[in-house]
Amino acid sequence: MSEIAIIKQGAEAKLYKGVWNGNECLVKERFVKNYRLPELDKTLTKSRIKAEQKTIKRCEDQGIKVPKLFHVDFNERKVYMEYFLKAITAKEYIFRLEKSSDNNALDLLCSKIGSIVGKFHVNNIIHGDLTTSNMLINFNDDGYDVIFIDFGLSSYSAGHEDKGVDLYVLERSLISTHSSLPELFEKMLISYKETNTLSTETIKRFEEVRARGRKRTMVG
Amino acid sequence: MVITLGFEGSANKIGVGIIRDGKVLANVRKTYVTPPGFGFLPKETAEHHREKILGILKEALEVSKVEIKDIDVICYTKGPGMAPPLLTVAIAARTIAQVWNKPILGVNHCIGHIEMGRLITKAKNPTVLYVSGGNTQVIAYSNRKYRIFGETIDIAVGNCLDRFARIIKISNDPSPGYNIEQLAKKGTKYYPLPYSVKGMDISFSGILSEIEKKALPHKANKNRKKKVEDEELPSHEDLCFSLQETIFAMLVEITERAMAHCGSHEVLIVGGVGCNERLQEMMGIMCKERNAKLFATDERFCIDNGIMIAHAGWEMFTTGTRMKWDEATITQRYRTDDVEVTWDVASDE
Repeated sequence: MSEIAIIKQGAEAKLYKGVWNGNECLVKERFVKNYRLPELDKTLTKSRIKAEQKTIKRCEDQGIKVPKLFHVDFNERKVYMEYFLKAITAKEYIFRLEKSSDNNALDLLCSKIGSIVGKFHVNNIIHGDLTTSNMLINFNDDGYDVIFIDFGLSSYSAGHEDKGVDLYVLERSLISTHSSLPELFEKMLISYKETNTLSTETIKRFEEVRARGRKRTMVG
Repeated sequence: MVITLGFEGSANKIGVGIIRDGKVLANVRKTYVTPPGFGFLPKETAEHHREKILGILKEALEVSKVEIKDIDVICYTKGPGMAPPLLTVAIAARTIAQVWNKPILGVNHCIGHIEMGRLITKAKNPTVLYVSGGNTQVIAYSNRKYRIFGETIDIAVGNCLDRFARIIKISNDPSPGYNIEQLAKKGTKYYPLPYSVKGMDISFSGILSEIEKKALPHKANKNRKKKVEDEELPSHEDLCFSLQETIFAMLVEITERAMAHCGSHEVLIVGGVGCNERLQEMMGIMCKERNAKLFATDERFCIDNGIMIAHAGWEMFTTGTRMKWDEATITQRYRTDDVEVTWDVASDE
């Protein structure tokens, strides 16, 4: 294994291009955060690497496309995983479609995203950080796959509250990032309801979470 | 040359500020301080503001050396905030504007914090962490609005600190947060607390109930047989230290996540909790590690003040915003992203 070049510095990790067993791979290093107490940093990093490991396994078991995980090194705080060289983030893709006003393509994308989030939730997988930066568009001969990444904040829970909060985080990030396309979330919910057979209760809780946020008096 | 006068009184501070084209001419403020163990209640806070507001106005006029005839517009906080104090200040502002025959302009409190911070620090287009007793938001500008990327899903960070100060009954003078900060400086032992981050959103209520159990185990478990000896209890210093380290790490984390998501290289901290030096220090380290720049202000501008309202009002007024008399009302709920930004923040993509 060797590392070549840093690709980008995300919020939690530095991403490098690396090699694993002779194949190109992505190396995700959750570097030490010097702003937080060492003991807190250590616990958080470990639990996040573990969460990512577990959730990727769960997704694979359910046939949800995720990056393959090759190797985990707790001491070096590194994870070696599949690298989608040509993929772009859903965020970039939506900006592109917005410019070309391609509504059909947007509908298709929303339907794909909603259906995967529904699959997560029906299998009790909470992603924990649903933003369009954490979804990759991986083009292939038949079109593209949407691949969710960054499972560091993920958890396993059957609770509708957790799923509701997950939806709330998604809605919030869509409103703020793609402010001129206010219909994205509603479109995603259509296919979400198809794959998540228990969606009625989850959506009820989601609406409660949302109401809590709006009702809170915002004293300066 | 445009001179604006701003009234702020949405919570327990009452302030008047006068500003001329970005130059601060007066910034006078008084705080309603309650005894240890007690928070400020709406009715009493409004009474405090009613009593002080004219004296503060007089002082601000004296300090600024501005003549009444030169003031262009009277600005006041339209919301969000506690209703009775907001109302008190709005009535005063409307009366003054009528008596002096000036136009009136209601300002969003959160926008006031952001614009004030940008003015003082010269940050161009930052990711904003807005942390106070009533608000916890991560904000970035795009497409004519300040968009909320992350927010607390239960209580505000300042509320969490204030309530903890009441639990351990420390002084509210000059502010509970300041006294927690001083105690935390002497803390050394870290007690693990829940760490609750959901993407760019955040939650504090679980932490508050957990630390309450640590501070007052008798109250948390009335049935316990063995009495906890006082010397076994965690010290206030260590609890304040643990609380600050946990919640500030969460705040820095969601700010960093928003920066990575938006591709931003500037952070601006505003709001009362923003003058905490440990929070500023932690944010500074995070920024250094990703080649970003931190902008923060001190208590004169971080904590609620009249200048922030005067300055945001100035931005609105000079770009053509006017308010009719029947619109000069107040509202307890007034979100940051409800305001259309008419002034120049940054060139839109």
